[in-house]
Amino acid sequence: MSLNENSFSVVSAQKLGLTFETGDGPVHALSNVDLEVKKGDFVSFIGPSGCGKTTFLRVIADLEKATSGDIRVNGMTPEEARKARSYGYVFQAPALYPWRTIENNIALPLEIMGYTAADRKARIERTLDLVNLSGFGKKYPWQLSGGMQQRASIARALAFDADLLLMDEPFGALDEIVRDHLNEQLLKLWARTQKTICFVTHSIPEAVYLSTKIVVMSPRPGRVTDVIESTLPKERPLEIRETPEFLAIAHRVREGLRAGHSYEE
Amino acid sequence: MSHEKLFPHRILPVATIMLIIVAIWYVAAILMNAPFQRDMDQRGNVVTGEMEFIARTLAQPKPILPAPHQVAQNLFDNTVMRSVTSNRSLIYHGWVTLSSTMVGFAFGTLLGILIAVGIVHVKALERSLMPWIIASQMVPILAVAPMVIVVLGAIGITGLLPKAVISTYLSFFPVAVGMVKGLRSPELIQLDLMRTYNASTAQTFWKLRVPASIPFLFTSMKVAVAASLVGAIVGELPTGAVAGIGSKLLAGAYYSQTIDIWAALIAGSVLAAVLVAIVGIVAGLVNRAMGGRPA
Repeated sequence: MSLNENSFSVVSAQKLGLTFETGDGPVHALSNVDLEVKKGDFVSFIGPSGCGKTTFLRVIADLEKATSGDIRVNGMTPEEARKARSYGYVFQAPALYPWRTIENNIALPLEIMGYTAADRKARIERTLDLVNLSGFGKKYPWQLSGGMQQRASIARALAFDADLLLMDEPFGALDEIVRDHLNEQLLKLWARTQKTICFVTHSIPEAVYLSTKIVVMSPRPGRVTDVIESTLPKERPLEIRETPEFLAIAHRVREGLRAGHSYEE
Repeated sequence: MSHEKLFPHRILPVATIMLIIVAIWYVAAILMNAPFQRDMDQRGNVVTGEMEFIARTLAQPKPILPAPHQVAQNLFDNTVMRSVTSNRSLIYHGWVTLSSTMVGFAFGTLLGILIAVGIVHVKALERSLMPWIIASQMVPILAVAPMVIVVLGAIGITGLLPKAVISTYLSFFPVAVGMVKGLRSPELIQLDLMRTYNASTAQTFWKLRVPASIPFLFTSMKVAVAASLVGAIVGELPTGAVAGIGSKLLAGAYYSQTIDIWAALIAGSVLAAVLVAIVGIVAGLVNRAMGGRPA
């Protein structure tokens, strides 16, 4: 933690707000969000639907524009950061192109960014290994299970040189057992690659298990209600979820979510 | 392996319907040709038994409705038994129609794709072009075709090209509409993905929109190739009946050669079926090459 304190700020938001103009009047998707994500952090965003967690991730990625406040990504505006290809984005669905094999799907960003063929080959091999999909490169997406497809989409986001990984409920559609397994793998991958990860979820155990920092959000207007620095060690076996320390953090997250909810009613 | 499974499943229903059609056709031929035959028999003072009467209704030289075997005989005579260079060969006439169909289809497909690309990328084009494209298909082709032939003939363009123009006119539409849909078929999440890579419009077009549109392209090409054939045949009707399936139809109508008309009709249908089947086979091959799940 002390190391992180002086670290470079990867995402820095001040009084960030985003209002969608709709037929029924303005919708405040985000309001007054202040947040710092340091290099090497694993930050989870948790909250009920409509709390703006996905919107915040999309603002970082320059897929939405903030309407007020300020946000910097790697010290740049989100648009500059996107144009500098500063981040990899993992969507809720794998969004693999069905007409491309797994390795060609991973090659897609590399082709667009102009990596050489030899470099592409080496990177495909390396990232397939990172997500434990070695040997599946020649398969088409439909030949893989949902969990494997999502791992392939993570490999695709890891293939190019971006230090920031944005993940929007990547395991939301998967069953509990597969999800546990992927969470464990994701932590290992994070340790190996030293990336900064922003991770949107609606699962409390997932958020607590994965994160160094948990951002609890609540809806209408979408805002941050609590930021919890995790005290769990970096090495986390799945059994850590039974420890009192883990349960204490989970309890605090649940309290934060409940507080946000009562405000709404 | 899937072929052995598929084959009887496909052949049997088609063959059943075919048998039913042929049966109805025979009954209709007897009923429709009977009054004329009765007239003839009365005038010639010919008295026949029931079976012979039926046989005679099915053997008239210019029947109102030719019997299937008469049409089959005519088809056989005018394809297998005749040299392909003969003016009476249906293969010759089929080829004349086919060549302008193919030229028109190629241009129509190209034009349709170009229009779709324009519409998808330029907002103004959608608003300005789309109403005209739709209006173009509301004009009855039978009214337009002679004008096209005459106008092009006046500036010295005759033969294959005017017919191909009409084929193009009919076939660009399904391709344009299908491709607009196809090029717009990528989901938001796939477009967002391209945006996160800061992909250029050209990269998004070639790496996402084009491959996503391929199934739509083939579906619309099946419609377009059939429309092209209709266009070519319609284009042959007002050309003074030189050659082609259309000219055979017209000549048959002039001289009440009903058997010729039906034979030409069947030849046209077979041509259409073959063309659509070829597009279907190519679609299947492309789908397999693009990693499509076997059906």
